[in-house]
Amino acid sequence: MTIASSTQWICFLALSAAVVLGSLGVVLLPNIVYSAFLLGGVFLSVAGLYLMLNASFVAAAQVLVYVGAVNVLILFAIMLVNKKETLAEIPGLPLRRLLSGGVCAGLFLLLLRVDITTPWAVPGPSPGGDDATVRIGMHLFSDYLLPFELASVLLLMAMIGAIVLARRDVYTVDVITGDSVDQALIEKIRTPLLVETPSDRSPALETTR
Amino acid sequence: MNFSIPVDVPLQAYLILAAILFCTGVWGLINSRNAVRVLMSIELMLNAVNINLMAFSSYIDGQLIRGQVFAIFVITVAAAEAAVGLAILLSLYRNRETVDMERFNLLRW
Repeated sequence: MTIASSTQWICFLALSAAVVLGSLGVVLLPNIVYSAFLLGGVFLSVAGLYLMLNASFVAAAQVLVYVGAVNVLILFAIMLVNKKETLAEIPGLPLRRLLSGGVCAGLFLLLLRVDITTPWAVPGPSPGGDDATVRIGMHLFSDYLLPFELASVLLLMAMIGAIVLARRDVYTVDVITGDSVDQALIEKIRTPLLVETPSDRSPALETTR
Repeated sequence: MNFSIPVDVPLQAYLILAAILFCTGVWGLINSRNAVRVLMSIELMLNAVNINLMAFSSYIDGQLIRGQVFAIFVITVAAAEAAVGLAILLSLYRNRETVDMERFNLLRW
């Protein structure tokens, strides 16, 4: 890193403040659309931190994959399932939040102690700088070739699995109008499967298909 | 042990930032009632791990940047996880008409 140390500190503090505040907003904001956009801001700030850590290729990959793909996918999911629903009250919810907050604070203190007390082997060898992309390519095609190929197989499996899970497997045609029915996200006519109806206690396994 | 501000940003600063991000993600994972927010919390935790990997790669393993290769694999797996997770969420929403995590209890007992 060749920029001045004060500039480095200012960049780090601004980016880390954006990351921390953005992540708190993602977790705490009641409107989930705001949470999704703040998540994009957190991803961009993390990409800025990668640029500070001499990793331009991973920063570009972070912007392309996380902001361009994952965040857009999350926004699509929100717009598909964002129905106004009144959540049922749960007894002891504040106590549960307090307890889990205590557990997370304890985990943070443990991590903080490990971070501070461990004698890290710094300074290591000087970072490579701009030829990091070349080195990553050499790693991916020599000693990390098997994980690279496995990652491609994993992406293929995830793509096929997502298609199989999300597609509608029933195609019916209205006999009167000739239009295809049941192409909406939720079937409007019949009750959806596995919804607990107030009449019977067991989940209604209806044999409508 | 002096507490003066070091000249460069130390490794520990990145590690503490990643710890804060990870704990926030864990809290959100436990306490979210919207299933989409649970997936967002998982993404936060994966980003915290990536920050750790990149910090170690830059400060300790500066020549053989193995941490950056691992971070690329983590990004790949996170993309696959998001796609499958959101497909499962759509399928759940189609069957239960809700995204409330407290009502996804068919396999609980």
